[in-house]
Amino acid sequence: MSDTKENGGKGGFWKRLSASLGKTRSQLAAGVGNLLLGEKEIDQEVLDDLETALLLTDVGIDTTQEIMADLSRRVRRKELNDTVALHGALGLLLKELVDPLVKPFEVPAADRPFVIFMVGVNGAGKTTSIGKLARYLKQQGLSVMLAAGDTFRAAAVEQLQAWGERNDVAVVAQGQGADSASVVYDAVQAAESRGIDVLIADTAGRLQAKTNLMEELAKIKRVVQRLNARAPHEVLLVLDAGVGQNALSQVREFDAATGVTGLILTKLDGTAKAGVVFAIARQVRKPIYFIGIGEGIDDLKPFAAESFVDALLANE
Amino acid sequence: MFDSLSERLTQTLRGITGKARLTEENVSAALRDVRMALLEADVALPVVKDFIDTVKRRALGSVVDLSLNPGEAFVKIVHEELVRVMGEANDALDLNTKPPAIILMAGLQGAGKTTTVAKLARFLKERHKKKVAVVSADVYRPAAITQLQTLAAEVGAYFIASSGDQQPLDIARRAVKEAGTQFADVLLVDTAGRLAIDADMMAEIQLLQAELEPVETLFVVDAMTGQDAANTAKAFNDALNLTGVVLAKADGDARGGAALSVRAITGKPIKFLGMGEKTDALEPFYPDRLASRILGMGDVLSLIEEAERKVDKQKAQKLARKLQKGKRFDLEDFRDQLHQMANMGGMGSLMEKLPGMNQLPPGAQAQVDDGMFTKMAVIIDSMTSHERRFPDVINGSRKQRIARGSGTQVPDVNRVLKQHKQMQKMMKKVTRKGGMQKMMRGLQGMRTPGGPSGMSR
Ligand SMILES: Nc1nc2c(ncn2[C@@H]2O[C@H](COP(=O)(O)OP(=O)(O)OP(=O)(O)O)[C@@H](O)[C@H]2O)c(=O)[nH]1
Ligand SMILES: Nc1nc2c(ncn2[C@@H]2O[C@H](COP(=O)(O)OP(=O)(O)OP(=O)(O)O)[C@@H](O)[C@H]2O)c(=O)[nH]1
Ligand SMILES: [Mg+2]
Ligand SMILES: [Mg+2]
Repeated sequence: MSDTKENGGKGGFWKRLSASLGKTRSQLAAGVGNLLLGEKEIDQEVLDDLETALLLTDVGIDTTQEIMADLSRRVRRKELNDTVALHGALGLLLKELVDPLVKPFEVPAADRPFVIFMVGVNGAGKTTSIGKLARYLKQQGLSVMLAAGDTFRAAAVEQLQAWGERNDVAVVAQGQGADSASVVYDAVQAAESRGIDVLIADTAGRLQAKTNLMEELAKIKRVVQRLNARAPHEVLLVLDAGVGQNALSQVREFDAATGVTGLILTKLDGTAKAGVVFAIARQVRKPIYFIGIGEGIDDLKPFAAESFVDALLANE
Repeated sequence: MFDSLSERLTQTLRGITGKARLTEENVSAALRDVRMALLEADVALPVVKDFIDTVKRRALGSVVDLSLNPGEAFVKIVHEELVRVMGEANDALDLNTKPPAIILMAGLQGAGKTTTVAKLARFLKERHKKKVAVVSADVYRPAAITQLQTLAAEVGAYFIASSGDQQPLDIARRAVKEAGTQFADVLLVDTAGRLAIDADMMAEIQLLQAELEPVETLFVVDAMTGQDAANTAKAFNDALNLTGVVLAKADGDARGGAALSVRAITGKPIKFLGMGEKTDALEPFYPDRLASRILGMGDVLSLIEEAERKVDKQKAQKLARKLQKGKRFDLEDFRDQLHQMANMGGMGSLMEKLPGMNQLPPGAQAQVDDGMFTKMAVIIDSMTSHERRFPDVINGSRKQRIARGSGTQVPDVNRVLKQHKQMQKMMKKVTRKGGMQKMMRGLQGMRTPGGPSGMSR
């Protein structure tokens, strides 16, 4: 990976976050253009524009209609009288929706090794997120080990090993075609015997509709629990910010198979709008621990509701 | 995938079928539902708007063909519009050039490019007897080149080595030379995933394209993509003037609205569907079939085609002929299907393609899983051929005998019989209308030969 890609270049995180979310924002802003022009009466056109803007960010039809119903009711009751008030109300509403999803990622000292499973559909960003998370945890003074639980995809092991080298952490692997559960089992044992703080297990990408593959995940969990009944301590579902309404089914199905404890939202540096987060907040509430904002090792940041929504609605 | 959308549309349209005439009122009610369904399916909003407008204009404005009832007319319009948006027909790859014909892959991170290169290599090698070389110009993602190398070995494509410290442009230049000296017919060039807003990376792939002068530049898009599919497809098409699209990960439960969006926004044909992680999971894209599938008519044509390729050809043709003649689908046919199922991507894939399957109650669909094939086939094997041809003769004592013979229980036998009945019913539904092909044709263009009752349920 080239240096520019590695560091993502320019500016601090906040700048980058708003720069990366800028697309979402300008998308929404384009839709709420009327709102932003200043005080103006709210008519059907304003409401329609707002609905369009929400739909374009992948908020989804159900959640959009719910948000619109709420706002429209308040408009009818004359609680919201102009577009500026409407804008403020929308911001507040969105913040209230995602606020419960904010949760700091913690590794309690009591659990050693602290076992993390990284799960998700194909190509979401699991392996890359492991590389970034290893860096994040090491910076907090924790020792980290990785388990190459994706024994299916070509060169998945080599990819994780590359991230292991970058982070200077050990990678437990058996190679392609090995039994995933046994790799992870061995890794947990190795982490135990070496007194490692955190073990992060990679898993093969799988589409949630494939019941046999979902069952395989459940099996990895069962096998690991033979060593430690409390493991895995976290099951992180990685969601691609570009995903549409299918994200809801991903959260539901992975949760049913493995008990998802939190989410990582990747590729927020693109044009993807990730509005589905609001639908997730309403329907399948799971904390969002981190967002991914690039392919570099430092491109993982804790999720912050305030700035997420602010960036979404901010004036240019 | 597409199941929920087709369920939704089927339901909506069923509601309008049988109404006396298309009025502003009942059409806009149906259109509202269609709009909802399309949005839930992640079709890009502008595309949804266009679609709804056109259907509405045509539904209200046109003189309704007297041979059709209003519901049929509406179905026909929706179907035609779906086909129109997705493109008229499958466009094969254009490899007509001085070899090596170069195919360049492009797309966002993790979309499925590298896997698709392997699938295409296998497809061209096996079906078109081409000598295929592959090269990776992904110098960024860890182990990207190793991934392609592994896959190339698996599918028997000639792998042209590259490494992370080279420049993509140099890799490309050398690859063209090497493909030439190897007398490769086709050179597939994998590239790193990139964001459409990453100006440097977009410039890089533009240079690559200028150097390679590929006959095909394929955009790989994830079937689970939401509204962003429209923006991204547009940006890639603007930068690269794409020649086609591959919709990867279409084997999941995503409703796949991205297919409609990308096609509508770029105007470029969707050439293939990625239907799994394995290298044989690549299917040609037939918009008309997909539109039929969305409307709940199944994908019988591609099922038969696939059967011909993968399984016993004679049996498949026999079944196809039987279906077309409207003959009964008996337990022998059912058993043949079960035996062949393993080759055809399992029950799920078959069910998806059979007409009306998405109308089965979800429970009935879930009951049928891959693990049951063998057991079901064994049960049918334990019947006499008379019983197989005339299942109605199977009474209580026969059931007990069959259960004993197959080492199962009577409820298992009952389940096989019930599942066969369900299948048979589906087949009948199709054949009653005078053959699948007629039905498809009828829906696409002319009136259904079976008369107005053909479409109503
Ligand atoms: N721009 C961007 N790219 C990312 C981000 N996270 C991951 N990627 C890229 O997305 C692609 C897929 O990432 P992986 O980590 O391999 O995804 P995965 O979920 O492990 O994939 P499979 O194991 O094949 O299912 C790679 O090209 C990554 O570099 C992110 O936050 N931003
Ligand atoms: N289920 C399913 N998985 C697929 C399909 N196509 C690709 N995949 C999986 O999706 C993931 C990403 O595929 P890749 O081919 O590595 O994607 P890519 O676009 O080359 O990714 P980058 O090079 O990181 O940008 C892998 O886990 C593949 O196995 C498909 O049609 N169905
Ligand atoms: Mg991975
Ligand atoms: Mg790749």
